[in-house]
Amino acid sequence: MSEGHSTYTPKTGIGRWFDSRMPLPRLVYDSFIAYPVPRNLNYAWTFGGILALMLAAQILTGIVLAMHYAADSTLAFDSVEKIMRDVNSGWLLRYLHSNGASFFFVAVYIHIFRGLYYGSYKAPRELLWILGCIIYLLMMATGFMGYVLPWGQMSFWGATVITGFFTAIPLVGDWIQQLLLGGFAVDNPTLNRFFALHYLLPFMIAGVVVLHIWALHVVGQNNPTGIEVKSKTDTLAFTPYATIKDGFGMIVFLFVFAYFVFYLPNYLGHPDNYTVANPLKTPAHIVPEWYFLPFYAILRAITFNIGPINSKLGGVLCMFGAIVMLFLVPWLDTSKVRSAVYRPWYKLFFWLFMADAILLGWLGSQPAEGSYVFMAQMATLFYFAFFLVALPVLGLIETPRRLPNSITEAVLEKNKGRGGHPAGATAAPETKG
Amino acid sequence: MSATDTQDPNRRDFLYVATGMAAVVGAGAVAWPFIDQMRPDASTLALASVEVDVSSLTPGMSLVVKWRGKPVVVRNRTEQEMKDGEAVNLAELKDPIARNANLPADAPATDANRTTPGKEAWMVMVQVCTHLGCIPLGQEGDFGGWFCPCHGSVYDTAGRIRKGPAPENMAVPVFQFISDTKIRIG
Repeated sequence: MSEGHSTYTPKTGIGRWFDSRMPLPRLVYDSFIAYPVPRNLNYAWTFGGILALMLAAQILTGIVLAMHYAADSTLAFDSVEKIMRDVNSGWLLRYLHSNGASFFFVAVYIHIFRGLYYGSYKAPRELLWILGCIIYLLMMATGFMGYVLPWGQMSFWGATVITGFFTAIPLVGDWIQQLLLGGFAVDNPTLNRFFALHYLLPFMIAGVVVLHIWALHVVGQNNPTGIEVKSKTDTLAFTPYATIKDGFGMIVFLFVFAYFVFYLPNYLGHPDNYTVANPLKTPAHIVPEWYFLPFYAILRAITFNIGPINSKLGGVLCMFGAIVMLFLVPWLDTSKVRSAVYRPWYKLFFWLFMADAILLGWLGSQPAEGSYVFMAQMATLFYFAFFLVALPVLGLIETPRRLPNSITEAVLEKNKGRGGHPAGATAAPETKG
Repeated sequence: MSATDTQDPNRRDFLYVATGMAAVVGAGAVAWPFIDQMRPDASTLALASVEVDVSSLTPGMSLVVKWRGKPVVVRNRTEQEMKDGEAVNLAELKDPIARNANLPADAPATDANRTTPGKEAWMVMVQVCTHLGCIPLGQEGDFGGWFCPCHGSVYDTAGRIRKGPAPENMAVPVFQFISDTKIRIG
């Protein structure tokens, strides 16, 4: 959107010198100052900025922690305790990093559900959506490998279970698992390579984030109405309007984050991970980090063979399939209307899906026995039905509500309801910007 | 293209193909060591067999030894456990194959085939769940054998999978009684 009509004019001699050689200030100006954003963005749209902040924060605390950590199976657990007790401010940096991972996922889940609710994956934003899915996958790999590094019981057995997924693959499965582990079981070679990859992947995430933002700036942001920007009155300048809104969202988010870091630092962790890894004893109840629980519940829900596919491979396929669904969403949803605001049936199914995802998360934290297994099977069925049945069918049979003609009209209509807010005032910021 | 270079195929075509082929072969040759280094190294592969003294195990007792980084359980089964194991109808089994490294790959999963001849009371087995590699708890679950706490797989007294997501019976490693009280695993 900003391409082709840059309004940047360097004011100083140095600025002009730079601009004619490497126009980086121009890129920043066009992307983060003059960039037009839809004027009706709500707080759900601040999570992109929050995610960028969390990535930077995780990289920063992670690099510092790596300076005190020893990636060796005989030293790792103790070196983490040393960070907690001996390293100056080490406890804070570690709690920031471990809770930071959780809050990174809190933000990404809100960001993903925002996209699902407002149809942000629809043409022309399919590639933008898929780049986001790739970031999410990289985040999961990073989060998993990071959880192995403290070398506690949950680290060890989580790694055993997750690398065990690969043994479900026919013929080459065992070979792939040995390739990942560097042995026949999780051990020192596994810890070493996971540390190296845990350090690498965040930078790969940063690379894909650049592509994600690039794609975003080509197609422009979606907005709560799901209608494309049509005229200049539909947009505002990124700075100061989006900047201050993002900034405010970040501060509120960081307050909640800080509450966990200082008052509930181990709430999202598991006490078993403060026991050093023991390859001869599985904890009574293995659970992954909370952000993997819905997928974990799907994995465990498949307790029966499906034709030639045994229950183990079936579980692994369903678990990965649950993520593949996200990649396919742009083509599964057949509706012409983007936003759930104008899709009464989709809106209902969206909230049911959200409830289902939370239910699966809860089931994943419960033992795999009794009625939990049946409930997980039903919830898994609904999970896939949402993508494979509800999304394609609703688009064909649903009658959407009347769409406003433009973003401006939608904003004015909304403000008219509130009263006492003259139409001219909402348009005024445009002239000041 | 220059005027002297118009025959088809010309020298440039040859260079394109030759360079391309060298690049493909070279990329493969360089990629392999990067994959190869991830495989279990010599020190991991060099894990020798272990010998276990089982003289202290009376019926109903087990011990666990570490072999190739994994726990191997040695259990002296009780009369009741053996009876339960033998009473099972093979058609009911989820995995009908013995999974005993000392027997042919297609041996049926009878109670005797899960053990070694003459020592039917003794279960020697890699105590790793065939689902995702957790360590099942001994003498628990509906069949009096093993129960995996991770995802709820239930094994019987001969370590055969009976319920839950695991696809196979727990593996019996290569082992032999080298005397009445000593077992060599591996």
